[in-house]
Formats: sequence, structure tokens, C-alpha cells
Amino acid sequence: MSELLLLQVANPQVVASSTGVFLIATLVKMLVVFTLYMVGVALLTLAERKISAWIQDRHGPNRVGPHGLLQPAADGLKNIMKEETYPDAAYKPLFILAPAMAFLPALTAWAVIPFASPLPTRWGLIPMVVADLPIGFLFILALTSLGVYGIVLAGWSSNNKYSLLGGLRSSAQMVSYEIAMGLSTIPVLLLAGNVTLSVIIDQQAHGLYNILNLTIAFFIFMVAAFAETNRLPFDLPEAESELIAGYHTEYSAMKFSFFFIAEYANMVTASALMATLFFGGWDIPISGWENAAPYTVLKTVATAAMFAAKVMFFIFVFMWIRWTLPRFRYDQLMSLGWKFMLPLALGYIVVIASVMLGLDASGIEYGPLYGLALFGVNLALVMILFVMVDHGRIISPAYGRLDPRELEKLRAMRQRSTLARRPDARAPVGPPKAARVTGGTP
Amino acid sequence: MVKAYIPVLLLMGFVVMNAVLMLGLSALTLRSRPTPDKQIPYESGITPLGNARERFSVKFYMVAMLFIIFDIETVFMIPWGAHYKQLSCSAPLVNGSCATANVSFFGLGEMLVFMAILLVGYIYVWKKGALQWD
Repeated sequence: MSELLLLQVANPQVVASSTGVFLIATLVKMLVVFTLYMVGVALLTLAERKISAWIQDRHGPNRVGPHGLLQPAADGLKNIMKEETYPDAAYKPLFILAPAMAFLPALTAWAVIPFASPLPTRWGLIPMVVADLPIGFLFILALTSLGVYGIVLAGWSSNNKYSLLGGLRSSAQMVSYEIAMGLSTIPVLLLAGNVTLSVIIDQQAHGLYNILNLTIAFFIFMVAAFAETNRLPFDLPEAESELIAGYHTEYSAMKFSFFFIAEYANMVTASALMATLFFGGWDIPISGWENAAPYTVLKTVATAAMFAAKVMFFIFVFMWIRWTLPRFRYDQLMSLGWKFMLPLALGYIVVIASVMLGLDASGIEYGPLYGLALFGVNLALVMILFVMVDHGRIISPAYGRLDPRELEKLRAMRQRSTLARRPDARAPVGPPKAARVTGGTP
Repeated sequence: MVKAYIPVLLLMGFVVMNAVLMLGLSALTLRSRPTPDKQIPYESGITPLGNARERFSVKFYMVAMLFIIFDIETVFMIPWGAHYKQLSCSAPLVNGSCATANVSFFGLGEMLVFMAILLVGYIYVWKKGALQWD
């Protein structure tokens, strides 16, 4: 009997069932991922400055440590040592509580995201997710909407007009885009038939990734994620040219850091969610090797690396867009959310549901072929949406509204400046000039 | 079932502990030298006029109310989405898929009715100008 128990516990390919193993594994996973998250967030502050420097053709921080790598540590230390001030008229209890209320949901929401294939150990198979909740990503939706409390309370309790406006704007923006975000995930549920993220990954591994199945849902989700995390082009809550720093104008030292950490943690979670819902999570494309039954440590490491790569790519996209696009005006922001994204998401749900019904009726099983059919529908929809319905009104290149003659003038100017900057373009200009000078004085 | 939620509680406890620790650490090293000037709300260097707790645009309330309506609608759609495959099949699913003969319009039809009712409200709100922000 005891031998049988030992054998059962020792089988590395069966999910570990003992409560002790479960608790210890949870603790280890939690500590490791939390540490990675905090270090990652610290490095992201540096990455953002480095990437912005790269995009703007300058050096960025490079004094503290090699290539400025110790800059986040220096910033953190400075923020701990700084003097804290707050306005006399601030409502203290909420003023102190608000940063923590932004911090808590931001650093808890990632718990349900699976980050690698299950790890075989001597005590059984350990799923590589901190909390494998049956409610899946509804947990993330719930927690990220709690994040709005921290921002609103910070804005209100500061007793500063700019803070108040920042907090109000932020709340209105976050709730508006939350609807679009919620609706854009419903096509994913239609395909997966479940809200658990591991099932959604599995569904994508057995067919095509959802970026191909549900292209427009991804587009809506990404825009909504930018608005939810208050990143540019939707950073109205802290638009520094109008609101000083928005809701955290009055915050200093560690409390300010909390808002900063929360913002970056939200960004990582949004990136991880995009990677999981639409890009197959930890699944390695095409191979099909890593989600077959005999799990090994190598597979876990490879899939974790794959997941990290996907998440980092989306984080880069967040930063790339921040330094590329200008900020929206507030009425544009609200009408984009309510008048464009909401009806688009609703219509898309109907289209996907109908196409699924049609595919089921024609007897196509779920798999690559099913995905290709959906992708064809998506291509047609994208064409209809961008070329016919939108017609350059909402989604247009930056030069879309310029006068064509002005545009030509700008293009000519750019061409001249690139010619002037090229060294080989300048070289032939030199000698004739010199010859003329010498020729003039015989 | 309850076991699955224990890690979330653990994590929340851990994050709260971290928050308290970091705030405590900064409170320990705090050099507090408040002066009356420092404690004025910062409004671009101009002495603040009056209190910030004033009335603000009714638009924000409007958005909050509309949000509740549409968010509840999203919440209604989530279970429908998760069960759509079963709803559009008149017989129980076999291996997660439906036989061609059993495909039914029921699930989509129900949602279309729901969306049609919603759409009436949406058009009303739009025409009333509640979505107009200026």
C-alpha cells in the first residue's frame, strides 16, 4: 500500500495531487515569478528610456553602471530616501491608501497566466501557472478594473484641481475601454469554449493562432489595452502639457514609485494577455513538439523562453507606439471608444458566431483548415472595414489630412536633408568649389 | 475547487506585505521638513484659488452610468460565449464538436434578439447625444 502511494507520488507525468506539494510548489512559483516581475518592471523603466533614446537618436542613461544598467537601482534608492510632501488640504487616509490600491491589483492580476508547459518533478507534474483558476481570465478583467480605484482616489484625495481632473479623465477612459476590451475577448471564448487560459492556449496549439482566427478582435483588444494602461496615445490622465502630471501630481518618493510600478506591471500583464489570448501563449509555433505528452524540463525551459520573447515583443510595441504617435484629444478618445470600438466589437461577435455556425454546418472540424477559413473571413472584413467603412476617417496615416501639395513640399524637404547628411553626397561638391577658388586667383 | 483559490490569497497577502514593507522602509528613512509653502497644492506655481472639491462636468456621471449598462451586457455575453458550441448543437457535443445534422441556429438567434434590444438602447443614447463629448 505504501509502495503504491510512493509510486503514484513519484510519477512525473501525472499532475501532483498532494496538498503539501501543491502549497510548496505554489510558494516557489509565486516567489520566483514575483521577483522576476519586480526586476522586470525595474528594468522596463530603463528599457523605456533606452528605447526612447534610440528612437530619438540620442544616448539615454549611460552613467550608472555599464550601459546605465544600474540606473533602476539608483532610482529606487533615491525614491526611498526622498522627502515626502503632501498638501495640507489632502485627505490623508485615502491619500496614503491610493498608491497601495493601484499597486495591489496590478501585481496580483498575472497570477492566472500560464507561462510554460508543465514541469515534471519527482513529486508529480507541476502546472506552470501560479493559480489555475476555473474562472481564468475573468479574474484578470476583474482585477484590472479595480485598478481604477487607486487612480480616482489619488486624484480626489490630493485636493488639487489637476489631480482631480486627471483622476476623473482616467476613470471615464478606463471604464469606456473596458467595455470594448470585454467584448473583444468574447470571440476568443466562442472558439475556445472556456475561460481558462490554459484551454485557450491548447485551442490555439491545435489550430491556428487567434491573431489569424480573430484579427479584428486582436486589434480592438490592443487598442483597449493601451487605453486601460493609460499609455500613449491614450495617456490623457497624465497629459503633462495640460494637467502637470495628472492624478499623481502631489505624490512623491515611494508613493509615486507605487504608481510607476503599477503602470509598468499593468503593461506587462496586458502584454502577457495579448500573447496568451491571440499569440498562443507559451506554445512554440508550428513544431507541436512541446505540448505532446511526455513533458521534460527542456520543454518547460524552451516554452518559458518563447513566452518571454512574445511578452517582450509586445512590451516593445507599447514603447514603440509611445514614441511614435501623438496624444488623442479627449473627445476623440471617447468617440473612438463608444462610437467605433463598441459597435465594431458587437458586430464582430455576430460575424464570428455566424461563420462558426456555417463552418460547423459544412462539417469542417476544428483545425488548421477551420482557422484558414476564419482567416479568409477576417481578411475580407479588414478590407471592408478599412477601405470602405472607415475610408481614412478614423484610422488614417498621419499625413492623411494634409493638402497634397503641402505633402509634396514636405517630401522634397526630407529628400534634400537626407542628401545633405550623406557623406558621399557632399564629397563631389568639394573639389569643383576648390578648383574655382584656385582658378580665380592665378 | 476552493483549493485553486488559495494561491491567489497567498499572492495578495504577499503583495500587501510588500507594499507595507516598502512604505515602512521609506517612512523610516523619511526626512520630513514640512514648510507652509511646500504644502500648497502644486498648480504650476500659481497660488491655488479655492478648493478642488468643486462641481465637475455631468458627462463623467453619464459615462459611468452607460458603462454599467454595457458592462453588464458584456458579463451576460461571457457565459453565452463559453457555451456557444453546445448552444448551437441540438444534441450533446461529441469530442467538443457537433455532427453536421445537429447544427442549430438556437444560440445565435438568442444572442441576436438580445443584441437587437440592446441596439435600440444604443441608438437612443447616441441620438440623445449622450455619447457626444464637447
